[in-house]
Amino acid sequence: MKKTNNIILETALKALLFFIVLYSVYIFTAGHYYPGGGFIGGLMTSGAIVLLLITYDIKTVQRILPINYRIITAIGLLFAIGTSAGSLFFNVPFLTHAFTHVELPVLGDLSLHTATLFDLGVYFVVVGVTMTIIQTIGEDE
Amino acid sequence: MLDIVIRIALLCCSLAMLGLIYRVIKGPAIPDRVIALDAVGVNLVAITALISIVLHSSAFLEIILLIGILAFIGTIAFAKYLEKGVIIERDSHR
Repeated sequence: MKKTNNIILETALKALLFFIVLYSVYIFTAGHYYPGGGFIGGLMTSGAIVLLLITYDIKTVQRILPINYRIITAIGLLFAIGTSAGSLFFNVPFLTHAFTHVELPVLGDLSLHTATLFDLGVYFVVVGVTMTIIQTIGEDE
Repeated sequence: MLDIVIRIALLCCSLAMLGLIYRVIKGPAIPDRVIALDAVGVNLVAITALISIVLHSSAFLEIILLIGILAFIGTIAFAKYLEKGVIIERDSHR
């Protein structure tokens, strides 16, 4: 393996990574009214982390983002089950969601829905599973 | 008028994609095929934009950015594989 210097890719990454992560957050939050949602948002976030992995290497990325992706998957499943089982405390069937309108000083009229928390669980599970698969294959000799 | 112009533009993009697919099949070396596939992705962005004008819909505008990002990541991964023989290194500073 010859010594290479990929400074163009590293400089481009610094500009692009911000936009990819911002786009994935946008597509996650817009999922209720527009195309998108937790699945595609999680896939785009893991795409950004894959771009980091391609530019640097596994050890550097593990130092930048010290995350165990199996725990992320477990947290996502906990979010999904928690928001589904939370409805049982209010004497309504499993997976019943609720929403309300909240008036906040800066943001104005917000419609907050518990389905967003369920979607956040989907997001975490997708990021965790995708990154576990890719890192496990990448660490293999 | 705009409708006819968009149909002609779609036809031109399709012809360009046919030429690129000829290069993907025939390309003598692997880098020719990779660059042709990257250009197919760019043409796909153009076709998606034109189709969203034809259908009077803004639901495909996220797809355009998505195709751009995915084509970039795929091309970078192929380029790194061709240069170093490995896509994800374990430790590059050893």
